[in-house]
Amino acid sequence: MKSNIAARLSALLIGIGLAFTAGLAPAAAQEELRIGFIAPTTGPFAQVGADMLNGFNMYLEKANSDFGGAKVKLIVEDSQAKPDLAVTKARKLILEDHVQLFVGGVLASEGYALAPVSTELKTVYVSSIAAADDLTQRQLSNYPLFIRTGWTSSQPNHPYGQWACDQGYKKIAAVAADYAFGYEQVGGFQKAFEDCGGKIVQKIWPPLGTKDFGPFIPTIKSDADAVFSLMVGPMALQFPKQIRDSGYTKPILGGGTSYDEAALPFMGDEAIGDFSALQYSAALQTPENEAFVKAFRAKYGKVPSYFSESNYTTAMMIEDVMKETHGKWPGADEFIAKMAALKVNAVRGPVSFDDMRNPVQNIYIKKVEKTKLFGYDKPELWNIVIKTYPNVSQFWTYGKDTFLKQPVYSRDFPPCKNCE
Amino acid sequence: MIMTDERAKILAVIAVLAAVALIVPHTTSFLLLLATRVLVFSILVMSLDLLLGFTGLASLGQAAYLGVGAYLTAILATRYHFGLGYDFWLVVLFGMLAGAALAAVFGLLAIRASGVYFLMITLALGQCVWGLAYRWNSLTGGDNGINVALRPSFFGISLANRITFFYLVFFFFSASLLLMYVFVRSPFGRSLVGIREREQRMKILGYNTWLHKYIAFVIAGAFGGLAGVLWVYTAGIVSPDNVVLTTSVDALLMAVLGGAGTLIGGAIGAGVVIFIREYLSTLVHWWQYVLGGVYVLVILYLPGGLMSIPERIRQWQTAPSKSPVTEALAPVRN
Repeated sequence: MKSNIAARLSALLIGIGLAFTAGLAPAAAQEELRIGFIAPTTGPFAQVGADMLNGFNMYLEKANSDFGGAKVKLIVEDSQAKPDLAVTKARKLILEDHVQLFVGGVLASEGYALAPVSTELKTVYVSSIAAADDLTQRQLSNYPLFIRTGWTSSQPNHPYGQWACDQGYKKIAAVAADYAFGYEQVGGFQKAFEDCGGKIVQKIWPPLGTKDFGPFIPTIKSDADAVFSLMVGPMALQFPKQIRDSGYTKPILGGGTSYDEAALPFMGDEAIGDFSALQYSAALQTPENEAFVKAFRAKYGKVPSYFSESNYTTAMMIEDVMKETHGKWPGADEFIAKMAALKVNAVRGPVSFDDMRNPVQNIYIKKVEKTKLFGYDKPELWNIVIKTYPNVSQFWTYGKDTFLKQPVYSRDFPPCKNCE
Repeated sequence: MIMTDERAKILAVIAVLAAVALIVPHTTSFLLLLATRVLVFSILVMSLDLLLGFTGLASLGQAAYLGVGAYLTAILATRYHFGLGYDFWLVVLFGMLAGAALAAVFGLLAIRASGVYFLMITLALGQCVWGLAYRWNSLTGGDNGINVALRPSFFGISLANRITFFYLVFFFFSASLLLMYVFVRSPFGRSLVGIREREQRMKILGYNTWLHKYIAFVIAGAFGGLAGVLWVYTAGIVSPDNVVLTTSVDALLMAVLGGAGTLIGGAIGAGVVIFIREYLSTLVHWWQYVLGGVYVLVILYLPGGLMSIPERIRQWQTAPSKSPVTEALAPVRN
């Protein structure tokens, strides 16, 4: 009995000793890169949060969690898409987990809430999704440790407005979710469209989360040639169905999230023929994207949305910086500088940064079609790219200085001078 | 007997508060942050308890007062750089006055009703404030809210230091608890309890019950405003999310969870909910089940809230044969 206990005890001690040496040896030899990831994993935006995390994790697995020799430790925190909680969780990541940088935030309001934390606690914040224009525009100087790998809300909509004008649309009515993201999308579209000679004749603002568009659809002006729609989350599924059911047959030009792949697979045939514009489409006909879509779909069972692509690319960019430094953390300022100097060939196409740390990238005008793609055997809805605007910056063709002189797009800017 | 029992409770509360003040600053900085958030939110929950537990008015609009206090503070700080020095104390006063003023207006509309109608009117009024916060872009920043990057500093102390700030919040929490306790123990507070139990009888006795309820409503609003002022500097941001219905519901649930009519129970409820939601959620992904389970168990087995646990244990010891269900139903009022 006694010897039995002694034997067990010694085995245990040896085990602990082994675990210790096994655990310590590589840690001592390897740098560790601690990355915080803030995304909603519960609540109404949980699906988006999962898309984001899957994209980031997929790259981590591809890189075997080794960025240029640094072992990556990813710590995920749930923000429930609430700005206030996002801030609390960011503080936890920085103070408790000592992350060197944090990634994430979905809503514009989360971006605006998280950026000051990066300044206050001197930690890099990489915004992969949160698209609030002003973070990389008029307010950038407040946030020296902020960089964006996604987009500004108005960025795809400048070329989109130009494209709509080139198609010969004269009058367009806008139906958009009533919050900052909607204002900035409509604002960008309106600016470019009207500068080219088009007219926004109406702006309708259903509240964020509207599921019944009954009160809004009949008010769409009959003389408008098309509708510009900006829908988010569950709204995106309802709007095309309800407007087509009401007998509306004119074209619908959706903002980026109205038809992105987070929503598209759940839509019916009513979406066929509708347009949208974004920096990514899962139907992009490049070898990189085909491989990405197939790998992602095999792993997670769904087509990647821009939420996934953006975070996959973010992880890739972080790795690129760490490769440059051979796995050594270069310090927050230096990291931002190195990242902003990157030029990468991402899944979405070539991406570089402007001097306000926002990506310069391709914008794709897309049309929903039901077709077979990438060798999948069933016809499905895809965002087929019909036109590419290369190297679009957040300032479009206006130039930085001229652009920044105007106020940020809002409910009242640009003014709706052609509305009645 | 009753006096000594009460005194024992007070001593217990003081002992726990002292322990919190001594231990929390030596824990991790995240726990310190959460403790600060709990204390601030507790002020709001206790202010609601004045209505719910002592006056018998279940309000679903308490977040509105937190909202006005918070937006006032944020707007003064970001636009006018007011409230970042000694004038912080003025902002505290203004915040309380703003909360009280809003409650004075809302009270005129809400106090006329009682029961579920009171609930619905306060809900609607609270959502009006949310609507303003969401829509009045030029003032409130709309959905994006207002960031307040700086914390005040005065007397040579900077509240940017997390421990200093914790102690400031701790001071306000203790002061609020004390003031509210004195308030509910006063003859005025006793008559509120009388109204809660039997409003008709109090009327017949010659009390102006409307005025009593109205004054309680305004005082609760003032403490709500105070919570708002502190909330801005704790979170560093105020957005419509802080004013929306779910925040009011949270406050109501926390008050019930801790034990309505106990004041300090509100702080315990806030502590339990915030720690599950913001701390447990960093450890496990099934925290929502824990939160749901706690709510269900407390409502099934502890209708008096967590604060009634000692009493329940005593009852269980003296009369173990009694069924817990009938026991549980006994304290339910009306």
